[in-house]
Amino acid sequence: MKRDTLLSMLHDMLLARAFEERAAQEYTKGNIAGFLHLYPGEEAVAVGVLHGAEPNDYIVSTYREHVHALVRGVPAEKVMAELFGRRDGCSGGMGGSMHLFDHERRFMGGYGIVGETYPVAIGIGYSIAMQELPEAVICFFGDGAVNQGTFHESLNMAALWKLPVLFVCENNRYQIGTEIHRHSAVTEVYKRACGYRIPSEKVNGMDVLAVHQATLSALQRIREGTGPQFLEVETYRFRGHSMSDPGSYRPNVEVQAFKDEDPVTVVLEESIPNYPTESQLDALGRDNIAHLTGHMRREGYLEMEDVAHMKDEIARLVDSAVNFALNSPEPDMQDAWQALNCNRGQEVVI
Amino acid sequence: MSEETPVWKALNLAMDAEMSDDDSVFTLGEDVGLYGGSYRVTQDLYARYGEWRVRDTPISEGSFTGLAVGAAMVGMRPVVEIMTVNFALLALDAIINMAAKIPFMSGGQFPMPLVVRMPGGVAKQLAAQHSQRLEHTLMNVPGLRIAVPATPQDAWWQLRQAIRSDEPIVFLEHELLYFSKGTLDTKLPPPPMHRATVRRPGNDLTIISYSHMAKLSLKAAERLSAEGMDIEVIDLRSLRPIDWDSCAASVEKTHHLLVVEEDCGFAGAGAEIVATLTERCFHFLDAPAQRLAGLDMPTPYNGTLETASIPTTASIADAARQMLLPGEIS
Repeated sequence: MKRDTLLSMLHDMLLARAFEERAAQEYTKGNIAGFLHLYPGEEAVAVGVLHGAEPNDYIVSTYREHVHALVRGVPAEKVMAELFGRRDGCSGGMGGSMHLFDHERRFMGGYGIVGETYPVAIGIGYSIAMQELPEAVICFFGDGAVNQGTFHESLNMAALWKLPVLFVCENNRYQIGTEIHRHSAVTEVYKRACGYRIPSEKVNGMDVLAVHQATLSALQRIREGTGPQFLEVETYRFRGHSMSDPGSYRPNVEVQAFKDEDPVTVVLEESIPNYPTESQLDALGRDNIAHLTGHMRREGYLEMEDVAHMKDEIARLVDSAVNFALNSPEPDMQDAWQALNCNRGQEVVI
Repeated sequence: MSEETPVWKALNLAMDAEMSDDDSVFTLGEDVGLYGGSYRVTQDLYARYGEWRVRDTPISEGSFTGLAVGAAMVGMRPVVEIMTVNFALLALDAIINMAAKIPFMSGGQFPMPLVVRMPGGVAKQLAAQHSQRLEHTLMNVPGLRIAVPATPQDAWWQLRQAIRSDEPIVFLEHELLYFSKGTLDTKLPPPPMHRATVRRPGNDLTIISYSHMAKLSLKAAERLSAEGMDIEVIDLRSLRPIDWDSCAASVEKTHHLLVVEEDCGFAGAGAEIVATLTERCFHFLDAPAQRLAGLDMPTPYNGTLETASIPTTASIADAARQMLLPGEIS
């Protein structure tokens, strides 16, 4: 794999982590309100998948979608401003954390109702297939979403009409507080796709390279016209479901095991002056950012200074995103009416 | 000009005209293709436009309506047929949470050129699960428009306007009107999609109604005319938005308002209409505005009870007489 691609993936993972941790701080300060669902621990999924997408592909995501938007190229300042509810946010302050949209980047929204991403994705896929375009749709959802009716309805239609949709299950093992063995009769999510004759694969979601490779293969098959593909990506969220969730339902030993392996605190913050050996990195195991830095170091792509430099740059980027958000004006009621009536044209309705 | 066109045929012609004019128009739903549509609205379109533009779907209302939402987001103009309004309850997430909100939540980035057609209303002894009216629910959703055509002429133009619109539109068709015939003049220019129309001018009392009940209200007005009462009948044609100016002008002229709806009265369309027009025209009213509505019960299967559960031509005429001749009628 090319050095640039790897560095770019590492950059996005670090940005994702830094952005989300900062969002948590801004939430605590009261700059962000509502529900805030954060992504730390799952970075390898968004980064691995979206680095495999082409600019003319479409992305449909869930309410835990800040990082999907960032990796897709939505500027951090536009995402942060949206979390702040400001006029310069990527949804004009009308959507907030759960409803990021970017028409230009074909980022087709974050959806707050579990199970909505499937029909939106197959609808875009239907339009692509109908026009015989060389495009694809990437549809994200969590393990908790596979028990919604729309999952089964949409997978059936996607397979029936060979729609160009890549279904990506971010399996973080928890449906808010309900562990997968308590919400699903069949816990191997990828097996469910077999019921609809959709090729599926289970991928290690802590390994960004594995995710990336699986995505490239799946998208290749889609572009060859074989119809929808399905990836179950096993991952873990380090935080609770949202900022209002302390996550007390998870066994301490499980949470501690992952916290011990937190790539940011262990590798990049504490250890940069004495970057760990490869064996130390390997020992980090399921830590997804460490996984990538270790690989790049082995490949000779990465020096200590590179990481330090990248980290500084990202810190500045996140700072400037926060400043941008703070300085962006609040939308006024006229903006809200305009958003509502954006599709009314010149018609005057009494 | 063609005489005596049934409503279903007017809708069919409108679909055909729009599909012929614009490649981004496609329709989908249960049995819309090979079968030709439960009420013939998509008849012959499958042969003409092929399976991608006239798509028979599995029984998955939630997801095929959501599919149309996704397609509309990327510039297609889908026309969903939900076999009956009753099944639309399974698609309300797509209609209310998605179609109505995406343009807004995206800060205006994604228009929603979507039409969801659905036959409904009380037909002939179809029992409670197949005789619903859903307008009360849909009227309360900002971001949606609701068209309720009652004649072939309106069916033709309103469907064409709905398909051309960039707003999500619920198109409520009444099952008893499909085979009701009338004049269709495709050359006649259309009024705006939401404009109410005066079906019958009059000076003594205004009846405001829509869909099948507008037709019955007109019949009732004709009966009352023989008794010397001059009733104005307004067919709303659109339930969201409502053409308040036309309604208010009529009430200010007649000083009497009767709203006739087939839907259950409680918290229904009539409640909104009476409330708004009372706020607006209180000082013009000579008597309290009245509603005549369906009873607050699921529709009984039994034919006699079914008829008694919704307004009829006779009960509409009675209600109008009560208002104009208080005390003279038992």
